[in-house]
Amino acid sequence: MKPIRTPQQAVENIKDGASIMVGGFISCGRPVPVLEALFEKGVKNLTIISNDTEKEETGIIKLVRAGRVSKFIGSFIGMNRIMGEKMNSGELKLELSPQGTFVERIRAAGAGLGGVLTPTGLGTAIEQGKEVMTIDGRRFLLEKPLRADFAIVRAAKADKYGNAFAPGSSKNFSVAMIMAADCVILETEELVEPGELDPEKVTFPCVFVDILVPVSKLR
Amino acid sequence: MEDDKRARIARRIAKELPENSIVNLGIGIPTLVTDYIPEGKGILLHSENGFLGLGPAPAPGKEDPTLVNAGGQPATILPGGCCFDSSMSFAIIRGKHLDFTILGALEVDEEGNLANYTIPGKFVPGIGGAMDLSVGAKNVVIAMEHVNKNGGPKIVKKCSLPLTAAREVNLIVTDMAFIRVTPGGLVLEEITEDTTVEEVIKNTGAKLIIAEKLGRF
Repeated sequence: MKPIRTPQQAVENIKDGASIMVGGFISCGRPVPVLEALFEKGVKNLTIISNDTEKEETGIIKLVRAGRVSKFIGSFIGMNRIMGEKMNSGELKLELSPQGTFVERIRAAGAGLGGVLTPTGLGTAIEQGKEVMTIDGRRFLLEKPLRADFAIVRAAKADKYGNAFAPGSSKNFSVAMIMAADCVILETEELVEPGELDPEKVTFPCVFVDILVPVSKLR
Repeated sequence: MEDDKRARIARRIAKELPENSIVNLGIGIPTLVTDYIPEGKGILLHSENGFLGLGPAPAPGKEDPTLVNAGGQPATILPGGCCFDSSMSFAIIRGKHLDFTILGALEVDEEGNLANYTIPGKFVPGIGGAMDLSVGAKNVVIAMEHVNKNGGPKIVKKCSLPLTAAREVNLIVTDMAFIRVTPGGLVLEEITEDTTVEEVIKNTGAKLIIAEKLGRF
């Protein structure tokens, strides 16, 4: 059984300088209540690892606007002008990965692998400074694993062991991220007793989940 | 560009898609291709944020916050669709299980190099799925206006903007031409009804090989 916490309690151990993976694709699967609690807590100098940011002034963007994020690692920042403004002012460092490379770097870290060999980015600016390896006559870029102190993700339903179901396209990066962080905080819209979640419908196996945070449903 | 020109590009590309193919559509003109995919051909659209079987936008009030398209707008999933996480989604792309990717472009060149993700100093939104899609898909189709906003060519001898992928483009469809990228160079296979070969050549910055049997669309 996993500890059940409020969003405020769940972020208690997140300190200045922490690296945090945030699940979600734009607003889909985004763990907003825990991100709001993180904002209220006032921690700074954060490294945020997320594919992208929301369009609206919630979650990651709120942290970025307040100058709490010193580095952002992701694949796309075009959703919100704040990211560009903070980059240009030098407040925010950006590390861009192609989206498929981004998720595989995270998966590699979580799966105990030493890196990813991918053809994506060969012959582009992404190749700069990276090792190119030839395997069976094909060229690949070596991309290194990516891990974090914390991961914050969202599910629709979880049991008290931490098994959880994320529907539709809300699984996205969270499946990889829960494997690659020291402490995984899982928001869930519904919390049920063990046995009440069909084992066949588990998106996030309990072994990866550390803290459960019941939250209200969207809409 | 006028709507009917954009529609003509989309309609022409839709004709290229074989039965039962798996297709990913980018934002802009590529999205319009959806309107011309005939029913009953078993074509499934791939949405890189995590599902196959992308359907039309839901009716107002029927939006599901856990199902969005690659632009983040509410989406639907059609019968025969399925959901997965990002790692599997990009395994589909990079592992050569995606038959077609239809993308927009800032520049394409004679060698099939593609530049479509950044204009340094002006436009740096990030990469998203573009690099993986253009490297991974079996067929890379570019849907774009033939010339840029200043009237200059977008099909050039050598891309000057940072590349999205090297030597991956197979087909370019514009409001003037249907051009195949071959090892021997760019082959002009078809032109639109309202232009001439001379006009196409004048507005293209790369050498064009004119097909023996030139088609119209």
